[in-house]
Formats: sequence, C-alpha cells, structure tokens
Amino acid sequence: MELPRPNPMVLERRAEIVARLKEALPADTVIDDPRGLVAYECDALTAYRCPPLAVVLPRSTDEVAAALRICHAMDVPVVPRGAGTSLAGGSLPTADAVVIGVARLTEVLETDYADRIIRLQTGRTNLSVTGAVEADGFFYAPDPSSQLACAISGNIGMNSGGAHCLKYGVTTNNLLGVTMVLMDGTVVEIGGAYMDAGDLDLLSVICGSEGQLGIVTEATLRILPKPEGARPVLMGFDSSRVAGACVSDIIEAGVLPVAIEFMDRPCIRACEAFAHAGYPDVEALLIIEVEGSPAEIDHQLRLIREIAERHAPEVIRESTSAEESAAIWLGRKSAFGAMGQINDYMCLDGTIPVTELPLVLERIGELSAQYGLGVANVFHAGDGNMHPLILFDANKPGDLELCEQMGADILRLCVEVGGCLTGEHGVGVEKRDLMTVQFSREDLEAQLKVKDVFDPKWLLNAAKVFPLAVTEGRRP
Amino acid sequence: MTVITPASEAELADAVRSANAPFAIRGGGTRSPAATRPVLSTAALSGVVLYEPGALTLVVKAGTPLAEVEAVLAEKSQRLAFEPMDHRPVLGTSGEPTIGGALAVNASGPRRVQAGAARDFLLGAVFVDGEGTRVRNGGRVMKNVTGYDLARLQAGARGTLGVLTELSFKVLPVPERVATLALACDDPSRAVAEMARALGSPYEVTGAAWDAARMLLRIEGFAESVSYRAGELARLIPGLVPVDEDPWPALRDGAALAETQRDIWRISLRASHGAILAERLCGAGAKVTLDWGGALLWAAVAPGTDLRAQMADLGGHATRLRGEGNIPALHPDPAPVAALAAGLRQKFDPRGLFAPEG
Ligand SMILES: Cc1cc2nc3c(=O)[nH]c(=O)nc-3n(C[C@H](O)[C@H](O)[C@H](O)COP(=O)(O)OP(=O)(O)OC[C@H]3O[C@@H](n4cnc5c(N)ncnc54)[C@H](O)[C@@H]3O)c2cc1C
Repeated sequence: MELPRPNPMVLERRAEIVARLKEALPADTVIDDPRGLVAYECDALTAYRCPPLAVVLPRSTDEVAAALRICHAMDVPVVPRGAGTSLAGGSLPTADAVVIGVARLTEVLETDYADRIIRLQTGRTNLSVTGAVEADGFFYAPDPSSQLACAISGNIGMNSGGAHCLKYGVTTNNLLGVTMVLMDGTVVEIGGAYMDAGDLDLLSVICGSEGQLGIVTEATLRILPKPEGARPVLMGFDSSRVAGACVSDIIEAGVLPVAIEFMDRPCIRACEAFAHAGYPDVEALLIIEVEGSPAEIDHQLRLIREIAERHAPEVIRESTSAEESAAIWLGRKSAFGAMGQINDYMCLDGTIPVTELPLVLERIGELSAQYGLGVANVFHAGDGNMHPLILFDANKPGDLELCEQMGADILRLCVEVGGCLTGEHGVGVEKRDLMTVQFSREDLEAQLKVKDVFDPKWLLNAAKVFPLAVTEGRRP
Repeated sequence: MTVITPASEAELADAVRSANAPFAIRGGGTRSPAATRPVLSTAALSGVVLYEPGALTLVVKAGTPLAEVEAVLAEKSQRLAFEPMDHRPVLGTSGEPTIGGALAVNASGPRRVQAGAARDFLLGAVFVDGEGTRVRNGGRVMKNVTGYDLARLQAGARGTLGVLTELSFKVLPVPERVATLALACDDPSRAVAEMARALGSPYEVTGAAWDAARMLLRIEGFAESVSYRAGELARLIPGLVPVDEDPWPALRDGAALAETQRDIWRISLRASHGAILAERLCGAGAKVTLDWGGALLWAAVAPGTDLRAQMADLGGHATRLRGEGNIPALHPDPAPVAALAAGLRQKFDPRGLFAPEG
C-alpha cells in the first residue's frame, strides 16, 4: 500500500502553517511537537504509520471552521479524526496533513424522549450516547464492538454497524442530522430532529464518506426505547457449513432476531479464554439474540430451536441470567482483542448474500490451505457481513504481504458472489486499491464528482477510498 | 407530446446522450400532471431481476409496477416494509405507480416511524446520469459501506440526478398478525403526547397517527405477541380500544384530504412541533391529519396559502403535494446547503435534462 508523496510545498511551509493555526486558536489546541504527533501516527490499522504535520483539537465548531479556513487558504491537506479506531486506515495521516480531531467535542446538547432524539457533539463515544439516555429507558442502536472507544464522528465517517444492526440498521438509518464544516470553513446544517430531507438527501452521502466531504461536529441521532428484555441463545454445530445453512433457514422462516453472530473454533477458544462466557468447544457457534417480553422471547426461541434442530446441533443453550447474557456478548465483542492476544491478524470485512455463506466459508477454508495461513471467522451472519481474521506472523518477512494477498482474494470472492468489499469498516487506505474490483471506472467517477462538489480542492482525506491512479489529477 | 420508451438501459443511455432539451421522466405517471416536455418513460424497463427470499433481497427494474412487486413478494409472505404511498387519490391521477417512482420520491408510509423510509430499505441502484453514463452503486447485500452511498442519494432526488433503471431492496416477512388500536381524541396535542408515550414504550408500535377524531396505533408480529402488546398498550393509555377496520392505507395516502378543493401539503417536522403546527392550522380552519407520531403533518388549506410562513419558527420542511401558484412545491434549503445540491445537479446533469418541470 502506497501513500501519495507529501507535497514538498506544504512541508516547506510547516512553520508558517503551525504559526497561523496557533495565532487563530487557543494555544493548547495545536500540537506540533514530534512526541505529541506520534500519538496520531496511526489508527487501528497499525501496520501503517505516519506522523502528521500538526494536530488540532478544537473545542467548538467555530474553532474547527477557523482551522479549516487556514488549511484551505494555504492548500494544506486535512485528515479528520474521531477516536482513531478505524481498521481501514481511515484516520491514518499523511506527512503533509493537519489532523483535525474532535476528541474534545463531547457534550450532549439536547435529549428529548418525547421526540426520541439526542443532539450531541460528535467526539462523544458511541457507548456514552447510550450512557446518557439509558437511565431513562432509551438507547442508541448501532453498537460497533469498539463502542467503548470509538466516537460518533467516526461512526458517521464509516457508517458503522454492529451486532444488533440486523434489526436496528446501521448508522445511516439512525442519523437524522449533522452540523458539518466544509473544507473552506462554511458551516452547514443538514437534516435535524425530523425524518425527511427537504430537497436532496445529503446525509446519505455524508454518512460513510470517510472524512472526505467535511468535518462533522454535531449530530442528531434517533434514540429508541429499550426492549423489555433480550436473551441470547448459543448453538454449536460440527461444521461451519451447517451453521451457515441454519442462518439462511432462520431468516427465510420469517423470524427476525436482533442479532445472529457466528464464530468458528479458533475464535471461540480465544474468546472463551478471554471472557469465560461458557462457549461450547465446537466447530461453529451461533449467538442468536431475540428481544421482547419473557413470553415473546420464549416463543421466538422456540421457533428458532425448531429450525436449528433440523441441522442437528451439538449444543443449544439459552442464557439463564443477565450476567450470563452479558458474558456471552462480552466474549463476542472482545473477539478481535482476544484473537490479538494470541496471534497477529488482519481483519477483513466483506459482505455476501446470506444464502452464499456455506459456499464462501468453504472457499475461505480452501484459500487458507492454499496460502498456508490460518483463518479465524467471527462475523455478523444475519446480514452476511463477514470478518475473517487471517492469522500471520508480523516478524516473519513476507508474511504480511502474503496475508494481504490472501485478504484480497477473499474480498474478490465476496464481490464475485454478489457482495461487497466492506460492510462496516470502510475502505480507507486498506481496500482502496481493490475498488476497481467492485466498481467500473464510470461508477467511481460518479463518486468522485460528489467530492468535487463538497471539497473542490481535494484537501480532505484525499489519499483514501479511491485508488490513487483514479484520483490523480484531482488531488493537489 | 413525444414519448420515448427505451427497451433497455443501453437504449435509455442513447436517448439521454442524444437529447438536447429537458425530459419529463415518467415511471407510472401517478405523481405528475400532463407533461409539457418529451416524456422519457421507464415503462419498458420492467420485471424482477432477482428475488432471494432467504436473503430478504429483491432486485427489480425501475419501471416495474409496484403492484407487480408486491404480488411477487406476497407469494413468499414478504413485503416492502416502507409502505410506499399511492399518490392517485390525492392527485387525481391515473396510471400505475412504479417502484422507481416510489424510490425517486422516497415514498414512505406510516411504518416509517418504526421500520424506516424507502431509503432505509434500498440496497443499491443503477441509474443513467445526464450525460448518458450508466452508474452502479451499492449492491444487493444488507451491509455495504464501499464508497459513497450514491444509491441512497437517489431516494427523494426525484430523478434530478439520473434516471433510475434498477433497484435492490431489503424486504421483510409479512407479520402473522396486525392489530389497530384507537383512542377517541380530537385534540392534536393530546394525540401527539399519547403517541409519544406509545412510541417511547417497548411495544414496537409500527404506526402512530391521528385522523382528527382518533389517535391510532398499529402493532404487528406473531399473534401471541400482538395480543400481549395490545394489552400492555391499553394499560399504558386508558381508553385505547381495538378496531376491526384497517385505516392505514388511507392514512398513508392522505385520502381523508383528497376530497377537498384545497391545496394539500405534506410537512416533515419534529414530532412535538407537529402538535404545535396542527393546533395553529386547525385554529385557522385547515383540515389536518398527523402520522409518524406527529412528525408528518398532512394539511388541506385554502388554495394559494403559503404554509411555510406559519412554521418558520418550528423547523422541518413543507412540500406542496397538490396545488399551483408561485410558491415553490419543495421547501427551499438554506443557501450553503442549496449550493451543494445545485453543485451535485450540475455534475450529474450538466445540461439540465432532468431539471424539475414547471
Ligand atoms: C476492536 C475493534 C472492533 C471494531 N468493531 C467494529 C464493529 O463492530 N463495527 C464497525 O462498524 N466498526 C468496528 N470497528 C472499526 C471502528 O471502530 C469504526 O470504524 C469506528 O466508527 C471508527 O470511529 P473512530 O471515532 O475511531 O473514527 P476514526 O478512526 O478516528 O475515523 C474513522 C473515519 O471517520 C473520519 N472521521 C472521523 N471524525 C470525523 C469527523 N468529525 N468528520 C468527518 N469525518 C470524520 C476519519 O477521517 C476516518 O475516515 C472496530 C475497531 C476495532 C479496533
């Protein structure tokens, strides 16, 4: 993976750029000492690192606008940053870029339970949005596994999902409005505490635009009343294929669980060691959660059980207490961390049609044998969003490259069976060069036109999402 | 007027490329008065491309009549959960609504309050832009963040960014049972407050409307579940009683207002502001109904009334669905936002072929 060469004209003016930022903003808002900058050299795609030219951590929308105006006037690239947990290199800086982070914008501005909305500054973490409303019986639905750390700004940037999105949708389905600063410093309000867009539904393209259209400083989100109760059930199968077939059957039968999560043996063992959730030691595990009153839960689980029994499960076990349910989810949500304690891995994020699960799992197994690299599978099976973790040894020369090749093959497979390169983590730098597998030149050109409108100078996060060859001539 | 009915995407692209004056894009023509421009019809781009009930996905050509889509889904006990409205009662038009037309106006019925709008169920789109270029975006899977979401941007764009040719949707199972509960109530503020109570409960209300005489709630799901929830809601809101009729299609279509000779407006605003505006308008003699818990207000007002003047302090926006005059049908966006929208139209349709009629 290649980053564009930093613009020497920007690097040369580094001192002047920093001086102008410091002049316009409170002193503690601008970081330019090398030690301070190292903290921003990467996101959660840690294989790639590059300290930025400077970092700005504004305390208001106005300060964001002031910083952007300066960068715009001086033609300085900008990388927006939330909490830096992107797995795709979305907030990876370039050496000539100013990182503008929203970490200090964490206020809740308004909650309204009658209208079921919350308005907040986007540096607030995902989990603390629910935290702000849960005592009153509400929650914010999208729940990425990284929810303790990741910020709403990054969720909007990536259109993030989570385990419970099968029922509640992803970020774009729960986002009602934003305050966003354009690259030239213009502040726009788009959407609000109501449902329809007036004219064009600009939120659609803003959500998931990976920091390339503007810096989002405030958001209005839909909050929902908490369900009466929820209960997960664990089902163990002796093959991934059978577990996959069971998932398709459940969906076709018209039962709609809130979550259907899948793990294979390597992942089950790692998570069990980490969270002691009582996962059975089987080839493939499904965690299926349903919601409602106790009677409703019993009824849905009965239907799900009936379907599962046809696939001869090795184990079916319902959670019997709130603690047990919490442990089951802790295990699942710690999957990446737990695997990381055992092995270096690369996490993929393709989506496939649910009906192709058995085939794709088999083909991944074949690729694993072919490349000689292990794979652990953990993913949102209900919506076909796969997270194969390819295991490799970072200290072994050539292993990372081999792993990347195998990852690319798996993502090509996802596209080939009718799916896509990324279901929730975003393209970033990681999948940038695979975009041509999924899109024609014309398809990509249409997307670039959107950026032309929002950011005519192509200064915002411009080295991401699209292959560099495709954006050549647009980027400064 | 000339009507061009391309038989394929390629023919459509040719027609756009060789055009030198604006078109009137037509699906079923149910939303539009007689065209004053050459018509570009999607009628021949029709049919189901792929339907996988087990993956809850449907891929369909844009000119397919909605009725046909619904029939295909019904065979497998599935449906379009966003309940697209039928514009014919209000507009007095004929023709068959198409799936492309529904998406182009983001037509979303009462279930929007719980399940979402047309845009929320859209998985992907193919369209031909103003230069005759075919663009594919999104796909047919449930989760997809690969590149910008240009497919969803088409929802509500009214064809101004391109002619839709193919769409994919997430579909949902038809519930085992549906129940409607009603509370006699002619006060919109009380209705909105009660709807907020219901929508803030865990009982998954999939419709919350006020028809000027009653507050109406809908619950859907497994039979046992529906009876349980109906009971709980009645406990929460004393006076709530089950009704046998199905009021939702009429509420969805604004049918109660259709009979009048007045202008018809559809206003999207904050639910609690729906109550405020309803009070104002009812006080001034308008006929009003509410949907989406108050967040959608339908109003029939004297011809030529500028409703926007009466909601300036409330936010949200008003679309005039029926009526004529100098007042723009769509709510003007603030200047910097309007500039972005205009910029996008300039990029996707530089020759203004798809510019709104009238
Ligand atoms: C252990 C782990 C588990 C994860 N699990 C999930 C999961 O279950 N589901 C999921 O979807 N993701 C998951 N992720 C990925 C990641 O957490 C999400 O992409 C998250 O939304 C990123 O948020 P962030 O605040 O860290 O954003 P960052 O990494 O800082 O930025 C993400 C993108 O958003 C842009 N951006 C940030 N702030 C702004 C802003 N204010 N305005 C405009 N653009 C902005 C950035 O430029 C970048 O392109 C996981 C990551 C880890 C490390």
